[in-house]
Amino acid sequence: MARPRKRKEIFALGNEAVVEGALLAGCSFYGGYPITPSSEIMEIMAARLPLTEDGVFIQLEDEIASMGAIIGASLAGRKVLTATSGPGFSLMQENLGYAIMAETPMVLVNVMRGGPSTGLPTSPAQGDVQQARWGTHGDHPIIVLSASNVQECLDMTITAFNMAEKYRTPVILLLDEVTAHTREKIEIPNPGEFEVFSRTVPSMPPEWYKPYEETVRGVPPMPPLGSGYRFHVTGLVHDRNGFPTQRPEEIVELLERLHRKIDQFFYDIQLVDTIETADADVVVIAYGSVARSAELAVRQARENGVRAGLLKLKTLFPYPRRQTEKVLAHARTLVVPEMNMGQMSREVKRVNMGRASVRTINRIDGQIVTPSEILKVIMQG
Amino acid sequence: MNEITGNEIIHQYLRHNKKFPHVLCAGCGHGIVLGTLIRAIHTLAIPKDDVVIVAGIGCSGRLAVYVDFNTVHTTHGRALTFATGIKMANPKLNVICIMGDGDALSIGGNHLIHAARRNIGVTALILNNNIYGMTGGQSSPATPEGSTTMTNPYGQLDASFDTVALARGAGANYVARGTVFHVKRLEKIMVEAISRPGFSVVEAITPCHTQYGRKNRYKTPVDMYKWLKKAAVPIDRYEEMTEEQRTDRLPIGVFVAEDRSGFEERYLSLQAQMRAKGGK
Repeated sequence: MARPRKRKEIFALGNEAVVEGALLAGCSFYGGYPITPSSEIMEIMAARLPLTEDGVFIQLEDEIASMGAIIGASLAGRKVLTATSGPGFSLMQENLGYAIMAETPMVLVNVMRGGPSTGLPTSPAQGDVQQARWGTHGDHPIIVLSASNVQECLDMTITAFNMAEKYRTPVILLLDEVTAHTREKIEIPNPGEFEVFSRTVPSMPPEWYKPYEETVRGVPPMPPLGSGYRFHVTGLVHDRNGFPTQRPEEIVELLERLHRKIDQFFYDIQLVDTIETADADVVVIAYGSVARSAELAVRQARENGVRAGLLKLKTLFPYPRRQTEKVLAHARTLVVPEMNMGQMSREVKRVNMGRASVRTINRIDGQIVTPSEILKVIMQG
Repeated sequence: MNEITGNEIIHQYLRHNKKFPHVLCAGCGHGIVLGTLIRAIHTLAIPKDDVVIVAGIGCSGRLAVYVDFNTVHTTHGRALTFATGIKMANPKLNVICIMGDGDALSIGGNHLIHAARRNIGVTALILNNNIYGMTGGQSSPATPEGSTTMTNPYGQLDASFDTVALARGAGANYVARGTVFHVKRLEKIMVEAISRPGFSVVEAITPCHTQYGRKNRYKTPVDMYKWLKKAAVPIDRYEEMTEEQRTDRLPIGVFVAEDRSGFEERYLSLQAQMRAKGGK
């Protein structure tokens, strides 16, 4: 392989890196409502998008409208983004369910702050993890990603757009205030160094097109509104033509396909990083800024002769079961540090089924989990 | 003869692969509104592919499924937000929003005033039947004071919204009111609403005898249409009336007709300007 071209380096906030990633992924539409600690994403989009050929930026009246506007724009063929924090995320749940039902690609970045309610506007937390999974009503699949440093903010935003387009689904990227407001050096990948996936559009003549037809991947092709494929989009349970239905067999077919199109691609969707896990007796499972503390703690534990490892979750949902199973083959102890009261440790315990001992570290005081706190628990074995 | 020609036009625009019958009650005015909308689009000769119907939730929300355009049946009250996104993403599309009074004035009231303030190039068609019909006859913000409904069994205490005043106050470029009794006039309004730039609001009064009428002394659809015939007065005549004569009367016609450019046009020209300057 030829020596890679030098990449442009910038000194950026996590929130800035999200914008860079979104633009590289082909995002051309931002609709949003300001909220701390996510506002930089919106402000930078407001400055950048009008300077691009067809970029659209619009500030809406609230987060409900933000979701409506980006879903509308996605139906019209755009790659779309919004960003918010806890209170706004709560308001977005209604139309998030719509986007799942109408299979509309979109990326939602939630920079988590302390909750509940108005909570701690400028302090970090990871309290929206289970809301990201189950916040909208009804049985539904969802892809939730996270990032633990500024480079990952860029990379995971690109991944989020690719998954949204590939699987015709909303993708939630969960950041925490620390990651979003950390400034560090990152590399901007050159074109061709990363994959950009765009939704499949139908190739058959319009009269043959069935908007919600079964396909091998479970993901039907999606034409932009106004391209000659006139069809019906609805949040009601619908048949293959998109028309509302109450027939039991059609209801089951739709809901099963919505789940299957995500579940069967677990190997593509469930992303983790492993550090020193191959022989680890003690494995820390962490995500977001906490994963950085965990990495340092693991290295310090190794220096102290403890076989520790880190399973860093980049995909939170669907939960990376297989990768957890792998470390469970030898781990005696799992340590799950989080800035909440144990939202992800529920998933870990569910997969663990009593095999290893699960230790949780929980902070809800608006402070980060420090490496020494994690190290202390690791050293206890 | 006219009716037959009208029906032939309508048939060209219905989805023939859709499972009929439709959900509307016999005597409902919604079909009349949909008919006028179709004829207006036909008159303007807009290709089907260029029309996007965005609908909310309720009886009116179901209209979208029957017509052979690009149709998006959204969430309750949020139709205008989807419409805003669609119009901004592709300004060439003709975006028409169909909403009910509960949709547009209650749960979606915030979106209505901001769509008007922004003057987004969307036509908002508000089918006002003074009630939540689909859910069984509960009060809406358009239910007249004193009416009896399922949620106001002893009489509605609060005043109803004046859609026209609301839309005008919030900055809509075109505001009109019509009724399903005055079909030709409504059709003319719709043609104009769709062809104007910016945000157009058309309030179409359409009776719901099933949920509103039967509890408020309008037992049959015919009673309700008679009420419309009597209550509706053209705006110019209404203005000449005394306060006393205006009681229980509803002015219809065009209230605002301006030519201010829509938000999407202003955005595009700003974008062209910024790009010509090469950034800042």
